[in-house]
Amino acid sequence: MVLLALAQLLQVQGVHDFGLTSWRPTLYAYILWAICLSWGQVLLYGEHGKRTLFVLPAALFVISLTVFPLLFGLVIAFSDWNLSSPAGRSFNGLSNVRQMWADPFYWNALLNMVWYVLAILVEYAIAFGLALALNAEIRARKFFRVAFLLPLMLSPVAVSWMIGKSMLEARFGPVARLAKFLGWETPSFFGTPGVAKATIMLMDAWTFIPFMMIMILAGLQAIPKELNEAAKVDGANGWRAFWEVTFPMMLPVSITAILIRIIFKLKLADIVIAVTSGGPGGATDTVTSFIFREYRDRSNVGYGTLLAMFYLVVIIIVMTILMKLADRFARPRT
Amino acid sequence: MSKAGMSEANMSGQIFKDSATDRSFRPKWFTGRIFVYGLLILWAFICLFPIYWTLTTSFKMAPDVMKGNLVPWLDFTPKWLGWKSLGLSPDTIGADSTVRDEFMKRFTNSAITSVTSSVLAVMLGSLAAYGLSRFSYKFLWMGNSDISFFFLSQLILPPVVLALPMLVLYKELALLDTRIGLILLYTLSVLPIVIWIMRDQFSSIPTELEEAALVDGLSIWGAFITIILPIALPGMVAAFILSLVLTWNEYFFAALLTSTHANTLPVMVASQTGSQGISWWSMAALSWAAILPLIVIGVVLERYIIKGMAAGAIK
Repeated sequence: MVLLALAQLLQVQGVHDFGLTSWRPTLYAYILWAICLSWGQVLLYGEHGKRTLFVLPAALFVISLTVFPLLFGLVIAFSDWNLSSPAGRSFNGLSNVRQMWADPFYWNALLNMVWYVLAILVEYAIAFGLALALNAEIRARKFFRVAFLLPLMLSPVAVSWMIGKSMLEARFGPVARLAKFLGWETPSFFGTPGVAKATIMLMDAWTFIPFMMIMILAGLQAIPKELNEAAKVDGANGWRAFWEVTFPMMLPVSITAILIRIIFKLKLADIVIAVTSGGPGGATDTVTSFIFREYRDRSNVGYGTLLAMFYLVVIIIVMTILMKLADRFARPRT
Repeated sequence: MSKAGMSEANMSGQIFKDSATDRSFRPKWFTGRIFVYGLLILWAFICLFPIYWTLTTSFKMAPDVMKGNLVPWLDFTPKWLGWKSLGLSPDTIGADSTVRDEFMKRFTNSAITSVTSSVLAVMLGSLAAYGLSRFSYKFLWMGNSDISFFFLSQLILPPVVLALPMLVLYKELALLDTRIGLILLYTLSVLPIVIWIMRDQFSSIPTELEEAALVDGLSIWGAFITIILPIALPGMVAAFILSLVLTWNEYFFAALLTSTHANTLPVMVASQTGSQGISWWSMAALSWAAILPLIVIGVVLERYIIKGMAAGAIK
């Protein structure tokens, strides 16, 4: 095993020394090494090695595609590297950090994320209502399920054209017409910062409400019906039965759904890039879309990576706190 | 699991439906019913209208768009204008069309990348999920739950963190603007979801099955392939469909890492959106052609998608 690894290492080194044009042989060497490692497991440990073989490929795959780029990202985060200039990479210490500290648009984008995440609570309420309606004894359940699911299936980029650019078009779009009919003289959905943000939130909600709805529906169907009946026998009306039986029972599922939704929300970018590209004045910017534009306009890899790294740290901290809180909330009642 | 709950719910519903107490609540029940249906129909309308609007717009001429006509044949006469510009209308389907070639190229790229990465993710993910649900591992200080968490935590990782380092790495590896590059990243991005679904699936299969198989002389892998995989097939299909949808729609990586060869469909749609003087009908046709496969998948395989998404909800 060790010999094999060493041989591979030498090969990698050799490739490097020969100065081939691309590093692709290194990739092949890595794959070969991974296969040898897996084979070695079986040869060395027999039955036990065969068990390792289940997890090993996935683990090697994930490690190679996340850990290496992350380490590499840490290096370039502290360097000035403009891909379009011939100067190449140069280490510039903390000046990227200083630039980030003074970048109002980045902080603005982070603040926007807070708003976007808060919008999830409204989405959750709507999704819960719809799930309750779907869980009732209704006809055409299949039709409604398919209809409700469709927004989630559609490509966000196509959706941003379909809704953002055509239906919300200020002059001819049907929604603009409806707004005019309802008394909004000059509807403009991306003109002022507040409205633009709300519109993006609505479009994102349109896409992702089905997701929360399905999770909540699955939770609702796992609740034994007898519980509600029992509550009714005890004299609780529908409203009270909901708050005192259904809602507490649904708490763990709800928390899971909201947490996953937050994770997805933190990645929000396609709609923003395609519809507003962050405008007006950065009001709709998400961190991802901001970094995307930062790279596209200035092709500065170093600074963009630092922004992304900082975002990752923020996300990890926030998610850890949220998970701890979720644990505290979910446990005593279930 | 959810199915059992549902049939149970239906049964009890039937038992209680016509009881005396229920009948006295009839009027109240009726208004409730109207409210429920109203809500459902309203939301179904909200969900379906954009799709309908885009489809009809692709058959409209400029004046019809301006006037906001909605119903074909009543308000306006449908024309093949939008589809003609894509080269997909009946009279242009035989002729050469650069736009259609472009569209087909992107379509193929999208199809190849999404199918390959989904297959890869389901393979890797199922193996890992099976291993994690059956055996106990120890790697350095990490036990089973740590390894699971390591896989699932990839879900939190925002794509933007990987994007720029990957861009540079891919440049070095000559993987920029290739399908392989995209496939690798897509596989990575759906792998946690596959593992989540499959772990749920495998842990619902009793271990006695494999134990019996092992007694019969099958190896671990033999038992896995001949006994467990067929049982776990529905879960794998669910995971596959879900990853297919996610990778088909992916835009961010595709926009950053591809330029001319490996461009996917969403990139084409997005690049058209930005151009000035959008001709609505052709954009509508393009968008609709891009979402059509998903609508088909959604209608036909809705069961599996819901199963896949519900997997994590109930433990």
